[in-house]
Amino acid sequence: MKVAIPRLGRILLVSIQQDLSDDAALEFQSNLLKTIAKSEALGVAMDISALDVVDSFMARMINDTACMARLLGAEVIVCGTQPCVAYTLVEMGRGLFGADCTFNLEEGLKTLKQRIASRGDRSLTEDSDHDGA
Amino acid sequence: MMARDAWKAVAITSQSDIVMARRQARETAAQLGFGNADQTRLATAVSELTRNVIQYAGSGECRIRDASDANFRRITIVVEDHGPGIANLELAMQDGYSTCGGLGAGLPGTRRLVDRFSIESDPGLTVVTISMLARKS
Repeated sequence: MKVAIPRLGRILLVSIQQDLSDDAALEFQSNLLKTIAKSEALGVAMDISALDVVDSFMARMINDTACMARLLGAEVIVCGTQPCVAYTLVEMGRGLFGADCTFNLEEGLKTLKQRIASRGDRSLTEDSDHDGA
Repeated sequence: MMARDAWKAVAITSQSDIVMARRQARETAAQLGFGNADQTRLATAVSELTRNVIQYAGSGECRIRDASDANFRRITIVVEDHGPGIANLELAMQDGYSTCGGLGAGLPGTRRLVDRFSIESDPGLTVVTISMLARKS
């Protein structure tokens, strides 16, 4: 199962679907990093609102993916953690993801744009704003 | 609706069975009247345990049962495999310990998600039994 990686200017939007198998998860991670490198993306919004179970493997995958993306110079935001997932992760002792979280994708994009703008990278403003906000 | 005392079994032989087992756990918990938070805990616990089965034993089985009585709704899940077993069970049940880089080996974490947890492990047989209970109002 391939996860599509649409772009919004220099920001990549990734939506992790339900029930990604372990192999598919690792393939997704690899694809995302290649895409970040190829497109010189400045930001990545990882939307996990479709996940109603995040076990320790998936938590590590999200964590590691966020860290790897940041090593490539991209700002990373994880969006849409379900309340029960947040509850369970902390109860298990997993803790936080390796990136800041926002409640939803819309907030995530706002935060990413702010962060990228404050980094002083002028390239972002060369692209037109597609979301009409 | 499951017959009382009937076990619902899911063979664990591949990664997709992990997903199947946790879905079955969630569904059964929902049928028994457990709320979303408990359903998520159980699904996550089953995901951890069945992932361990695939990782360390290659294959095994997950059995789910409605063990409710007049006063308590109760779901009991057994995850069993015939793999090499856990060499040092005491160590494995310690917080912070993990083998293979911590991939799915979080037994202490899993224990925190459920109300009852027991584990027996010898070479050739590992059985983890978990339960979630709620008093019927």
